[in-house]
Amino acid sequence: MLFAFDWTQLAQQIVIGLASGGVWATLAVALVLIYRSTGVINFAQGEMAMFSTFIAWSLVHHGFSYWGAFFLTIAISFAGGIAVERAVIRPVERAPVLTVVIVTLGLFFVVNGAARWIWSPETRSLPNAFSTRPITVAGVAFSIQDLGTIAVSLGAVALLWGFFQFTKLGLASRAAALNPEASRLVGVRVSWMLALGWGLAAAMGAVSGMLTAPALASFDQNLMQPVLLYAFAGAVLGGLDSPLGAVVGSLLLGVLVSLLGTYVDWIGSELRLPVALAVILGVLLVRPAGLFGTPQERRV
Amino acid sequence: MGRRALGVAVWVVLVALVLLAYAFAPRFVSDFHSRDLAEAGMFFIAIVGLNLLTGYTGQISLGHGALMAIGGYTTAWLMVHEHWRDVWTIPLAGLAAGIVGFLIGLPALRLSGLYLALATFAFAVAMPSLLRKFSGITGGGQGLRPIEEAPLQITGLSGTVTIFGHSMTQNHFLYYLSWGIGLIGFVIAWLLVRSRVGRTFRALRDSEVAASSAGINLARAKTLAFAISGVYAGVAGALVATMDQIVNPLSFTFLLSIVLIVGAVVGGLGSLPGMVVGAFFVEYLPDLSTHVSTKPGVPDFVYGAAIIVVMILLPTGAGGLLRRLARPLTTRLYLRP
Repeated sequence: MLFAFDWTQLAQQIVIGLASGGVWATLAVALVLIYRSTGVINFAQGEMAMFSTFIAWSLVHHGFSYWGAFFLTIAISFAGGIAVERAVIRPVERAPVLTVVIVTLGLFFVVNGAARWIWSPETRSLPNAFSTRPITVAGVAFSIQDLGTIAVSLGAVALLWGFFQFTKLGLASRAAALNPEASRLVGVRVSWMLALGWGLAAAMGAVSGMLTAPALASFDQNLMQPVLLYAFAGAVLGGLDSPLGAVVGSLLLGVLVSLLGTYVDWIGSELRLPVALAVILGVLLVRPAGLFGTPQERRV
Repeated sequence: MGRRALGVAVWVVLVALVLLAYAFAPRFVSDFHSRDLAEAGMFFIAIVGLNLLTGYTGQISLGHGALMAIGGYTTAWLMVHEHWRDVWTIPLAGLAAGIVGFLIGLPALRLSGLYLALATFAFAVAMPSLLRKFSGITGGGQGLRPIEEAPLQITGLSGTVTIFGHSMTQNHFLYYLSWGIGLIGFVIAWLLVRSRVGRTFRALRDSEVAASSAGINLARAKTLAFAISGVYAGVAGALVATMDQIVNPLSFTFLLSIVLIVGAVVGGLGSLPGMVVGAFFVEYLPDLSTHVSTKPGVPDFVYGAAIIVVMILLPTGAGGLLRRLARPLTTRLYLRP
């Protein structure tokens, strides 16, 4: 046969793509959470996740196991997210959207600066969360780390979905995002619901950071910047106001980027991001509100 | 004094003050610092252009750094390959970026609000990789280096520049050049926002539905705003290339786009005089924050904290503050007694 297609490679690349897409999905969901409740894109989301990852690193450094540090960091990040909202976002709650966006850009520099201040800018590494040995399914070898990453990220998203769907607090915060005035009338404390959203977003970000870091040989304070860009792209692809869209969009994007990088030589590693962005722009031109977003209606 | 006479007097005094400040500022700053002033002028031009788009037309762009890249590369390319004198490339650089701005405006017709912001941001993020990839034109990671490849085209390489018999240092020349263009750009923008076109822009910002039912061609107005704004960014990029005498992909990262939007919002969207404040803010704040401490991370921390504090104290930027301060005067001038 002149041309034998390597199905094994295809399957492996898809799983690798799903693993990176899963990590992006957790951060994309964090972005969507904040966008839905406040109509703002949080440019500091990636840096907050990076900060959480460094907290996890410190915990591991002081003798915690990876999973012990993992859950403790999520709790700390949740509290931290609420604190950030109370400190810098609440004062500009009623300001124009762009003002709030600029505040999050300021927060980007603050968090990045603080992390380099506290943990000095040198590279470090986190232990592997999963076994590095491959697992063979139907004759194809997959890395356990990739499969574990997919499981944890989707598990975190599912938990969050459960919280919003099945708890009273989740219902209240959905109501606050949908119709603040009416929720206030029925006794929902809307302002605190926004803070809750920031806390949950920070916790989701922490998950994505702690899944990103161990997969890298070493990382520094710029660890989450590329992840944030892909999470933006995934969220926009799925529709900024749809958590399900953010997950599907990020997973699609992960697979797309992985396959493009493998099969299209011309793209290589240099143009991976621009091509992914171009694809998304193409999707947006057909569906301006993303795949799962609510189209804006116009009445004349 | 009559109201009309007072109005004229206020304008005459304001214009005279601005021109005096423009002409004599270099007397009070050293050659070294006039370079920073020149750079502030370049930010000013780009930010005024961004304000026309974001402040007056309501289209958020987080990708203006990439339009500056178009201008900067046009200038460097014309100098290196066509042996044009640096200052004469500026109009063409503006035109090139204006055309690219127009092209970005086309997909923007379908996108709104923060979707547009992210799409333009993607453009800014992708720009450095694109510049590296198409190395035939852009020189790849090395970039284009007029300082080595076309030194004869650089104004004032010998150290001094002589214009109309006045000789001045190169940095003072750059100051006069960038703020001179900045003042012209400001006046054009000022006339524009008061014209029919400016009213079209604002109508579209306030309500697209109302604007289109009033007969405004949304597509034409939006792409026009993108194109005009692109020209400003391109001119600013050309000036940056003229000053640095080298352009490479790292001269125009997405951080530049972020700096521009920070400048426009701190200056106050929808206010043109506020843009001076915005330009000085983004020019001098990074420098000032390294004075606090040079420990790693501290300057960035201070920089970000300053942005947050300014936004909390002045949610509508410096322009909003200026308007409030000038209200007693403007009320007197414009309200019927």
